[in-house]
Amino acid sequence: MSDIRILAIESSCDETAAAVVENGRHVRSNIISTQIPIHTLYGGVVPEIASRKHIERMDQVIEQALAEAECTLSDLDAIAVTYGPGLVGALLCGVAEAKAIAFAAGLPLVGVHHIEGHISANYIEYPDLEPPFICLVVSGGHTHLVRVSDYGSYEILGRTVDDAAGEAFDKVARAIGLGYPGGPKVEKKALEGDPDAIAFPKAHVTGSDYDFSFSGLKSAVLNYMNGCKMRGETYNEADIAASFQKAVVGALTDHAVMAIEEFGVKKLALAGGVASNGAFRESVRSACEERGVEFYCPSPILCTDNAAMIGAAAYYEFIAGRRSGWDLNAVPALKLGERA
Amino acid sequence: MKILALDSSGLVASVALIADDILVAEYTINYKRTHSETLLPMLDELKRMSNLDLETIDAIAVAGGPGSFTGLRIGSSTAKGLALALDKPIVSVPTVDALAYNLFGTKGLICPLMDARRMQTYTGLYRFEDDGSFTVVREACAVAIEEILEDINSRGERVVFLGDGVPVFSEKIGELAKVPYVFAPAHLSRQRAGAVASLGAIYFAEGRVQKHGEHHPEYLRMSQAERERMEKGLTS
Repeated sequence: MSDIRILAIESSCDETAAAVVENGRHVRSNIISTQIPIHTLYGGVVPEIASRKHIERMDQVIEQALAEAECTLSDLDAIAVTYGPGLVGALLCGVAEAKAIAFAAGLPLVGVHHIEGHISANYIEYPDLEPPFICLVVSGGHTHLVRVSDYGSYEILGRTVDDAAGEAFDKVARAIGLGYPGGPKVEKKALEGDPDAIAFPKAHVTGSDYDFSFSGLKSAVLNYMNGCKMRGETYNEADIAASFQKAVVGALTDHAVMAIEEFGVKKLALAGGVASNGAFRESVRSACEERGVEFYCPSPILCTDNAAMIGAAAYYEFIAGRRSGWDLNAVPALKLGERA
Repeated sequence: MKILALDSSGLVASVALIADDILVAEYTINYKRTHSETLLPMLDELKRMSNLDLETIDAIAVAGGPGSFTGLRIGSSTAKGLALALDKPIVSVPTVDALAYNLFGTKGLICPLMDARRMQTYTGLYRFEDDGSFTVVREACAVAIEEILEDINSRGERVVFLGDGVPVFSEKIGELAKVPYVFAPAHLSRQRAGAVASLGAIYFAEGRVQKHGEHHPEYLRMSQAERERMEKGLTS
């Protein structure tokens, strides 16, 4: 079979991204235009501004992706696009653009689930990785523990019942005055602190062992700070950051270990923006090592929202014969494993 | 000269193709389905029914705002994708200008009214001269209905109103208008891509084109977050 080349587009949140990926594993180009500096002014992503910026940057990003891949539309086999989950207005920019390009270029269209993209980033990082494996997807918008039994076949074992882990990082960062985006800032601050200084609770979701809850942890941090203030005591931001991070990482690691043991799977992968967090990587890596489980984690550039991962996921959809129609819509609450 | 036109600025989704002075095809739906689901299937239908070879078009005209923010972005993103793939220019036609162009040859003033929510209308004032040329009397703007009616009253001329703002503002018009006025009938009263194409053809001939990378909608309004930030006295 000849090589399959896919142009992938991603605009589900605050990164405008396009990439050309060959056979799902080889990245010919991976262009990301971030809007983080703009949203930092507002302390978080503003959906209307995100949509406006996507439309202003989209064509330049796509053209750069094609140029760096040294190909034109006529060298491609398909156009792929994230159609959910995400911010509906932001998703629509990519979806409408991708549909029009595919239509005008006479190429098939493949709609991709954003989380399946994150999981598939591992296929790029590890060319020999094949399912089955367990994947822990952790980002600003998502916290999912997923059993990947085959390409395109996903079972959600657990998910957050309230805040995503990355969202908790953002909220705690705001509370201790670190600003947006919280993940990297909390991680850096935590390096100066004692992770055992404060015992924050690890939440347990009643009746569902694999689910996560982080809003209680966030409240515990705020309560701790308020308590200190009321007693006229000072608190140490670095200790709070380190102790909070330890609690999040502990909950994530425990659940991953539970899944490995229950399903007897020999591979565990991380995915999503929070997978760039050093403490998180190290915690899961050592838990895997102790149990003789292979550990996988994409490079930071593939953990953040990007289009290469969408191209990787799209390849397995493409070879399975799945195509999207011209009526493909953005689905902001698209479920994992669902096909529109 | 072939112009392919799109309008998804409001409730209407519309696509059209003109070749020189012939409207080859026009497909308009004013029904509650999202433009994301309708616009491209409609374009596909137009292409198949008119045996259109997309490579033969000269430009893509799009209703470039004002209008529903999301609707505008679906139209503009579609236009950009087509233009990128086909390497054709984009002609951005102000939505209200194209609405007014529905009423070609009308005597007196033409006033499109779109419901802009927040007690405002997207509007403008237009006139056709005796030689058929199209004059923008007042450029597209977002103002209170009272403001545009005051402007119209001060000009003392008969006016034709049209657009999805008519049912919203007809009571106010009855109350405040001091000039003779009429409302456009159903077949002319909403966005039509045929008008975007016709006006787009004129703009194209005048060289008023954009590269696909530089095109984005003209919203005529800041986002709520930007507005609130401005009101607090913070800039950029």
